[in-house]
Amino acid sequence: MLESAERLLELRFSARAERLQLLRRVVRDAAEQGGFAPARAQEILLAVSEACANIIQHAYGGESDGEIRLSIYRRCQGRAGLLFLLQDDAPCIDPRSVAPRDLAELRPGGLGVHFIRQIMDEVEFLECKGRGNRLLLTKYA
Amino acid sequence: MSFPVEQIETFSVVRLQGEVDLSRSPEAREALLACLRQGQDLLVDLSAVDYIDSSGVASLVEGYQVARSQGLRFALVGVSDAALSVLRLARLDRVFPIHASLQEGMASQGGGA
Repeated sequence: MLESAERLLELRFSARAERLQLLRRVVRDAAEQGGFAPARAQEILLAVSEACANIIQHAYGGESDGEIRLSIYRRCQGRAGLLFLLQDDAPCIDPRSVAPRDLAELRPGGLGVHFIRQIMDEVEFLECKGRGNRLLLTKYA
Repeated sequence: MSFPVEQIETFSVVRLQGEVDLSRSPEAREALLACLRQGQDLLVDLSAVDYIDSSGVASLVEGYQVARSQGLRFALVGVSDAALSVLRLARLDRVFPIHASLQEGMASQGGGA
């Protein structure tokens, strides 16, 4: 899918929560430039920010100097849309452990994955060998 | 920067502001729980929240659960559009007591306003 997409930009930042605010500014602008209405852009930045928060909390096990790389692509063939590829250098996580929880159960945690899956059209963990998780999020226009 | 807390009649009013995300939700959580530890009914003003993520929402859920377990009143007031859209995504807009304004929240929750 990435082969037929144009990379718009790549961001590299350390796995720290305070970086997420700046990240969201960029994602919002990219989404709006990509043709998404402000309300949709707001949802997209929530999903991408939640995915980064999960990397910080679960892949790296907390804030660290580990790197997160976000590449934003525009689909060039077929349906228009944006792709968000998130990469880290943490040990591979089991994608089966990243499942949304039952919303009927009222408890504080586990909402981030639900947000990501509800907002994005496709959520795919790419193959990981030892280290370096890669999560590809697709949002069609 | 911590979140402002105000005492109005029998209520503690915590005013969450700006972007309540992974970096600031621990402060939000602590502000809510500190009021509840003192046995105070709680109104959480979300009118100045520009962004809230799952960690911020988790702080609200925890506060709500602690309040209920202690027989204290808990409600969200003046919820901004940005916050409401996230609560809707989490289907929590029908779980939390939500009031349009602080005054309405105090009246509905049995305050003297």
